[in-house]
Amino acid sequence: MSFRDRVQQAGGGIREYLHEPAAIMKKELMTYFYTPIAYIVIMVFLIVMGILFFYFPNFFYVNQAEMRVFFEWLPAILIFFVPAVTMRLFAEEIHTGTIESLMTLPVTTSKVVIGKFLAAVLFLIIMMSPSLVYLASILFVGSPDPGPVIGGYIGSILLAGCYASLGVLSSSISRNQVVAFILGLLFCGFLWIIGKLVWFVPTKIVFLEYLGTDYHFRNISKGIIDSRDIIYFLSIIVISILVTTKILDDRR
Amino acid sequence: MITVQGITKKFGEITAVNNITFSIREGEITGLLGPNGAGKTTTLRMLTCFLRPDSGTITVGRYSVEDDPVGVRRIIGYLPESAPVYGDMIVYDYLRFIAEIRSIEYPRRIGEISDLCGIDEVMHMDIGQLSKGYRQRVGLAQALIHDPDILVLDEPTTGLDPNQIIEIRNLIKEIGKRKTVILSTHILPEVEATCDRVIIIDRGSIVADDRTAHLQAGSGGTKRVIVKVSGAVYPDLSEELRKLAGVVEVEELHEGGLVAARVIADGDGDIRPDLFKAVSGRNWVLYEMFQEQRSLERVFRELTGGGVE
Repeated sequence: MSFRDRVQQAGGGIREYLHEPAAIMKKELMTYFYTPIAYIVIMVFLIVMGILFFYFPNFFYVNQAEMRVFFEWLPAILIFFVPAVTMRLFAEEIHTGTIESLMTLPVTTSKVVIGKFLAAVLFLIIMMSPSLVYLASILFVGSPDPGPVIGGYIGSILLAGCYASLGVLSSSISRNQVVAFILGLLFCGFLWIIGKLVWFVPTKIVFLEYLGTDYHFRNISKGIIDSRDIIYFLSIIVISILVTTKILDDRR
Repeated sequence: MITVQGITKKFGEITAVNNITFSIREGEITGLLGPNGAGKTTTLRMLTCFLRPDSGTITVGRYSVEDDPVGVRRIIGYLPESAPVYGDMIVYDYLRFIAEIRSIEYPRRIGEISDLCGIDEVMHMDIGQLSKGYRQRVGLAQALIHDPDILVLDEPTTGLDPNQIIEIRNLIKEIGKRKTVILSTHILPEVEATCDRVIIIDRGSIVADDRTAHLQAGSGGTKRVIVKVSGAVYPDLSEELRKLAGVVEVEELHEGGLVAARVIADGDGDIRPDLFKAVSGRNWVLYEMFQEQRSLERVFRELTGGGVE
């Protein structure tokens, strides 16, 4: 078997595996845009990011053609927005009983979790994509360094995925969406703040910084795409998906 | 088709289902009957792999619930209690979602199934706005879309109006001609009207498992015959009837103009020939004589200890 055949076979396998998660993802995305939540969340996100981007610090005062401010705020701001997007994913199904219809379809629990997780990530990408307008306006006034911009966007997707996986996890714990939101806030907030604690702790345990999202996101958004940072985000995603699957299976 | 072997399910301290064993043959409509909280829903949930039994085994077709839940779910169509369907979606999108997950070519099949379940006119409405009857039908459409071998329905007629109940029952009977159907209910006439076979569950255990017709005929051997005669007074009639072999008790019934009695007899023989001879021997005129059918209601109450009989 040639290398190309193998790649093709693997691709076919992945496509087959993702068949059901894709259907679930589509359904979840559709539900987001059926209800007003999506529009409200996107609008509020854009207003908040717009204010922060242009006024904290004042964009025109700084006099630099860069997106840095946007990416600096992102890890903190997403802590509030991601749980709002993910809170309903499982909690609502458990609350209304539709989980019974869903879990008696011929899909494994992990595929359901992956489908919902992908829907949340895609929604977050849609939510963040209007920020490309900022990029356009920067290109208009100057020529930004492409490295940090590209790295920033790749990092944003990884960061959104990392928070989303924690949000999905907290949504599977409770049947109450408010509880799911608060848990999500705590999980994401904890991962962010643990990196900030280095300001207050003795130098012996500065390694805590490596556990925080901000540290890894900052590396990537500088334009340095290091496997360590990517592995950090991916491992949080994988662990959260596994734990979520376990929680849902234990409900049986 | 389905074999359930000694399954038990506990929720904390409460034993919802206690060591239940039964099997269901292909092409039968089986009713799972029991009072509320008897363990019907839990049993069905284990059958459809929503819950995992604490002990015991279930095989559906050639799949085991423990080893291949996805295989089991593939050949089962399931309508959970009170049809939990996504309120935020329109009917068409919901059915398309189910069809996609089940890898069915959907535009044609959705058309067929909406005809069968009578949901054509609500295809583009929000499920959340539908009436209970339509929601139930959408649930049924969802359960039937992949043409499953086995259909599991949990209280399919609860909350429907009488016309809808009859429609759904006819639909179930129609489907039952070609498929194996299991439905749970606490409504007795429903079983009498639709099921070939009844399994009665009470407090997590099976108390009866027989063909509907057998249960109605009575299994204990007790028969009740009603006689109505004229030209006699009740004490005479009663005395005459008590002489017959097998008669246990005679009760007076009040019937305008006629003397009527209910005769309760034990044993295998039929008392009706003797009864006729006794009545005609005294030159009374026999107006009516018939053997009462045990309604399932009585069977049910006797078995579940819910009433004095």
